[in-house]
Amino acid sequence: MEAALGLMRRMPPSLSRTALSSLLLLLPDHSSELLSLVDQPLEVLWDEGCGKQFLLCDYNRDGDSHRSPWSNTYHPPLEDGVLPPAHLRDLEVEANEIFALYRDQYYEGGISSVYLWETDSPEGFAACFLIKKDGSRTGEGRRGLLEQGLWDAIHVIEVEKANDETTAHYCLTSTVMLSMKSATGFQGSFDLSGSITRQMEADLSLSEGHLSNMGRMIEDMESKLRNGLDQVYFGKTREMVFTLREPLDTLTATSATGQSIQHEVINDIVRSRT
Amino acid sequence: MLSVEMSDGSGQVIVCEDGEIDANHFIDLRTAQVATIDHIEQVCTGVRPAADSELPSAYVEEYRAAIDTEVVRYIEEAFPRGHCSVFATNGKDSDENGGFELTVVISSAKFSPKNFCNGRWRSIWKVQLHGDLQTVDLQGNIKISAHYFEEGNVQLDTAYDCKDSSIFQGPAETASAVVGIIQHHESEYLAYLEDCYSKLSDNTFKELRRKLPVTRTLFFWGNAHQMSMNRELAREISSK
Repeated sequence: MEAALGLMRRMPPSLSRTALSSLLLLLPDHSSELLSLVDQPLEVLWDEGCGKQFLLCDYNRDGDSHRSPWSNTYHPPLEDGVLPPAHLRDLEVEANEIFALYRDQYYEGGISSVYLWETDSPEGFAACFLIKKDGSRTGEGRRGLLEQGLWDAIHVIEVEKANDETTAHYCLTSTVMLSMKSATGFQGSFDLSGSITRQMEADLSLSEGHLSNMGRMIEDMESKLRNGLDQVYFGKTREMVFTLREPLDTLTATSATGQSIQHEVINDIVRSRT
Repeated sequence: MLSVEMSDGSGQVIVCEDGEIDANHFIDLRTAQVATIDHIEQVCTGVRPAADSELPSAYVEEYRAAIDTEVVRYIEEAFPRGHCSVFATNGKDSDENGGFELTVVISSAKFSPKNFCNGRWRSIWKVQLHGDLQTVDLQGNIKISAHYFEEGNVQLDTAYDCKDSSIFQGPAETASAVVGIIQHHESEYLAYLEDCYSKLSDNTFKELRRKLPVTRTLFFWGNAHQMSMNRELAREISSK
């Protein structure tokens, strides 16, 4: 398993699906473990009754069917499929409505789904907030800059009510998977893809309710992840490119000429001091 | 593509398709040797002198060696940890009346697993020298991959294709022209990448997710509370 996970970490993110299928063929005994540990982009189904799409994950799955957050029914239909209790379903409906608004503001399109379920904690529950965006120019990319562009965000929150009844403890685990292939014409291709996972915990007052608390945590987390990817991760790959090949039209400290000039200057200083 | 130290310390051999004699043997024309490669350990386990049949004709070798010298000079300046090789990939037994093809291969890699960062550059330039037409045609394919994986996993994969041509001259002049063209296009590629990166944050990435909504303020979650209150009220009113 360690070798399998190590392999998945090193595979190009755009090939992760193929890699995972291959691993499942090689290690059939570890299939459930592999599937739960390796993140894959979200799949989509249509809820024909509501005319809306919804996202699939383990938390809205029962057997081979998935529950739509819009109609609370299973697709394909399932007798006695697992449904959330009434009080959680109410919260789920609101969560889907407001998360759709949030999604529209940040993603200018995309699909979102929120699922709630009971946990072992008596006054607590858990929720997952999912977003999928296709930003390619054949998808919902407004500026036509991407040949291929995918963003998949999975936020899982565990909520526990504190003993004092006025605050709750939230534990958020977020994973973002993205893939961007620039539309640059026939001459060159520029493909950046990857995934990152982070966790965040907070104790928050219940004065504005669970949704506000969870929403703010997710917004904060998504911003951190987006900025982190942008500045740190993409930045590091850029740094690597320029480490491999010197620009040549400007003089840099790391180039051969730059280095020899540095040595000369240092030698001159040493000589002038003795 | 991989650059491996030859077991007798005479230099590096580039393990690539264009230098392949068979699955485990790769030729280095600079030292006129054939290296035995263990692919699993990724080391060179032995070398032997290349047979005459494996080497190009004296005429082709003149051009090959001249280009090789120029490329070495180029990579010394441009690639801090780069290696290069020039192979005679077609028509290697040609004489003054024939055409032949040389392949220039440049490989540079940096592996820093402790810093969770690896990267490699590979360029393959097919240089066709047409003795009869007095022209030289170049076709280049450059690939870069970079991988940063500290608490995450992000990979860059990029490629670039280009073509150019020049006139057929003596070995030294042709070498100079060919490497000048290679240098020009590879620098252009770098500029293209710089351009892609500069647009990334504010333009390209925005296609997926904006940094902030159009209003330039954070999302107002207070509505969530408002919505539940409205729902509660609606329920109370309808039950009366």
